[in-house]
Amino acid sequence: MKYVLSFTVNGQPMETLAEPTTSLLDVLRDKLEVTSPKRGCESGDCGACTVLVNGKAVPSCLTVALTVAGSEITTVEGLVQDGQLHPLQRAFYEHGATQCGFCTCGMLMAAKALLDRNPSPTRDEIVLGMSGNLCRCGGYVQVMEAIEDVAGRKYEVKAADTRGGK
Amino acid sequence: MPRNEGTTARPARHEIRKPESAVNVQTETAYKYIGKPTPRYDGIAQVTGTNAYVDDIRLPGMLTVKVLRAPVLKANLLNVDVSGAARVRGVAAVISAKDVPGGYYGMYGDQPVLADREIRYKGQVIAAVAAVDQDAALEAVEQIKLDLEELPAVLDPEEAMKPDTPKVRPEGNIWSFDGGPFRKVRLGDVDRGFAEADHIVEGTYTTPMQEQSPMETSCSVAMVESGDQLVIRSLSQSPYLHLRQLSNVLKLPMNKMRLVGGNTGGAFGGRFEIHTDHVAGLLALKTRKPVKWRWTREEETLYSTHRGRWKFYFKDGVKKDGRIVARYVRTLHDTGAYTGMGPYCVEKNAMMVAGPFNIPNIAIDGYCVFTNRTPSGAMRGFGVMAGQVCEEIQMHRMAEILGMDPWEIRFVNAWREGDMTATGKVVDNVGAIECMQAVAKLAGIDLPERLKAMSSREKRG
Amino acid sequence: MKKRGVGIAVYCHPTGAKGGGDPSQAMMRLKLDGTLDLLVGSVDLGQGSNTVLRQIAAETLGVPLENITVTNHDTDTGPLCMGTGASRVTFMDGNAVIAAAEDLKRQIREWSTERFEVAADDLEVADNKVSVKGNPQAFMSFAEVGNEMNWKGSFPVGKGSYCPPAQTFDQETGRMTQIAAIAYAACVAEVEVDTGTGVVEVKKLAQAYEIGTGINPLLIKAQIDGGTMQGLGFTLAEDLGPNYPSLKFAPSNFLDYLIPNTADVPEMTYTTVSLPSRGEGPFGAKGFAEMCSFPPIAAIIGAIHDAVGIWIYDYPATPERVLRALEAAGTPAA
Repeated sequence: MKYVLSFTVNGQPMETLAEPTTSLLDVLRDKLEVTSPKRGCESGDCGACTVLVNGKAVPSCLTVALTVAGSEITTVEGLVQDGQLHPLQRAFYEHGATQCGFCTCGMLMAAKALLDRNPSPTRDEIVLGMSGNLCRCGGYVQVMEAIEDVAGRKYEVKAADTRGGK
Repeated sequence: MPRNEGTTARPARHEIRKPESAVNVQTETAYKYIGKPTPRYDGIAQVTGTNAYVDDIRLPGMLTVKVLRAPVLKANLLNVDVSGAARVRGVAAVISAKDVPGGYYGMYGDQPVLADREIRYKGQVIAAVAAVDQDAALEAVEQIKLDLEELPAVLDPEEAMKPDTPKVRPEGNIWSFDGGPFRKVRLGDVDRGFAEADHIVEGTYTTPMQEQSPMETSCSVAMVESGDQLVIRSLSQSPYLHLRQLSNVLKLPMNKMRLVGGNTGGAFGGRFEIHTDHVAGLLALKTRKPVKWRWTREEETLYSTHRGRWKFYFKDGVKKDGRIVARYVRTLHDTGAYTGMGPYCVEKNAMMVAGPFNIPNIAIDGYCVFTNRTPSGAMRGFGVMAGQVCEEIQMHRMAEILGMDPWEIRFVNAWREGDMTATGKVVDNVGAIECMQAVAKLAGIDLPERLKAMSSREKRG
Repeated sequence: MKKRGVGIAVYCHPTGAKGGGDPSQAMMRLKLDGTLDLLVGSVDLGQGSNTVLRQIAAETLGVPLENITVTNHDTDTGPLCMGTGASRVTFMDGNAVIAAAEDLKRQIREWSTERFEVAADDLEVADNKVSVKGNPQAFMSFAEVGNEMNWKGSFPVGKGSYCPPAQTFDQETGRMTQIAAIAYAACVAEVEVDTGTGVVEVKKLAQAYEIGTGINPLLIKAQIDGGTMQGLGFTLAEDLGPNYPSLKFAPSNFLDYLIPNTADVPEMTYTTVSLPSRGEGPFGAKGFAEMCSFPPIAAIIGAIHDAVGIWIYDYPATPERVLRALEAAGTPAA
């Protein structure tokens, strides 16, 4: 038995048919073709699938899509506005806070959720806020430094620069 | 018309543009780009989520793969009956060993893609299903019937070396290096060195099986494309070596296959062996549809290659003044159920395990041993890290026995320019002493003047 | 009771595949507008090889970094690379890139002799143009050169390769001298050992690296910060084959195979060391990033000894192993 599930994803209404037990991660990636949340473990331990549901960071692999139907979902695809990088995106880029990049989308959403609820976190609060996101490349220091700089308002959002290879 | 004479693949070196100044080459002002902090080439794509990892690739009509894995450590594989699986609705193909057109894979070509006559490790892939979705694939796997004759297995590498232990492979459990049971390194005469020593310090160490655990699990997307070419979107760290292995497995010439990759969600050595490309390729050829095989985190942790377990036995002979006059190391590397890169690993270890120290008498016996564990493979510091860690503990223990500062024993023995490695290489551009001096300063440790005055460029007196 | 201790370690790491004989190739193609494609066969695993090779190409060719596109996708169009591992890509691919860039420069100079009516040796390629030596007014921009060379029947593609000599071990002595370069590292670790729980917390790490020339400090930092975390895991927590005899207890996911997270990051400082001479790597670089997981490991084990007087010989030094060693040493758990 499938259900019609509706969401607002990055400000756009989206709808799909899914089994009741389908995870939000599977709905986003397989049905709605929103691929920024990644499958790292599918057991809620690594944070690679982190998205925001009504502004709150959740592991989408453990979130049953049916239970969040009708919600506002925010993913990395929603961070760029009018061709401009979100300060967190720019900070991650300039700090070298990405290595293989697989954990990056989850990190960005967790960082956004952290700063949205606590705009001036201490280092310990950043450590705790990001402790649910694993990075095997180990790039935690640069991730935390990027977040600190965004919290400290050291990041201007510059004019459109979303081209790759720069 | 100028003749295009690019350098050819000869061992000779090409011409390198020398810098203006030969002294202090770290000078950043000499270069425009070298030595400058430069953001990643693909950094914008990474932070916007627009770079496609293999699992992000979706092709029309793409099939999902699930496999049947061996439930026991060792067995004779008497029969694999896939008929029930093939009948499950949504299944496009089921393959087992008889569907592999060519030979084995791996650096030494000894590993079957799908188990044929025997099972050698728990989790070894026996059969694979391609179906329209995961549910159909999993249901089909449940329908595959196995006829196994379970056999005794061995998991401990030292047990595996004993004569009466079950054989992991027909040739026995110890790899042959030039006809002998270990890779032999002999520099000088360790027996004479031990006789001269004031103290003998022995130690036995074990290092863990460490899983690379990249955040992206192993995944391949394979499809036969125009020109009848098999195209595999791959996580391979070595597309060309793997192309050659796949050519042997699939019986296809290299121009009939294309590995597309270049963007990996971490590897750390784990993708130096083929994990999913071969099976995905086979199923793509059989079904003529796009096929994706993605491992779960459990499969990645349990069944991918990992840093092999080591056991090291050190025997060091040291003089009262801290000079190490003899070092013997017996190394034992557990390569698991198939050869993989085990012998390479043991040999690389033999080159570096004695550490950056000037020791006149060194002997190393490096063993590569088979057990019924998941085959081991490369992981960061392959062959070098585990051994040198233990070597450093030996240094510290020797210092303790001598009543000597742990810095001092390292400074006394550290390579100077012109010293020799265990395998006879004369070293230049040496920096062990300088690193120790720099790190002491960074850590706020005030070294004795004698150590601060040492240099890798001083002649040995 | 919590006790602190300090430990040290020094390491070396070779560049290149064991025994040499590991080739890499590179191609640089000049496009119609003077921008360039750099094709290599290595794989960027997150270590940043594409970025580094692009820097090497831009420096050698004398063009802006953003004018170079890096392509490493494809065994049909990409050049050969033996593999991305053994700390070899910066060195072997880097030298191949330099060779390809020098080859392209030579082709540009040779093609330009007709235009400037001078010998090829009297031309130089730098600053995104080809010009007559000593006469800066006589030049063509790369954009012009790209357009002219391509449309007028030439095919400006620089190619290069680099392959160290191959060597096998001597059967009797194990003699093996083919090592392209050796990099060095040292570490000081400060730990705190809880004698009641056996938990070891790494408080501070200082590291020093000698890596020839560092091509990209941003990536160097990432490798040191990142490699350290893998080293910490090896030292204190990670083991696929735990103490129990049955494979039933083998860890299978992140719940039971513990890789470090943000809470495990110690206070870290590092520096790099310069030597007065340099080797054959591109701009003097040595292979380095693999080594970044080594330095903390033995330093931490030594620090545990300094703190509580025990030696751990079997790694990882889990709380269980620490407590058992304390017990064996007659130290009361408190």
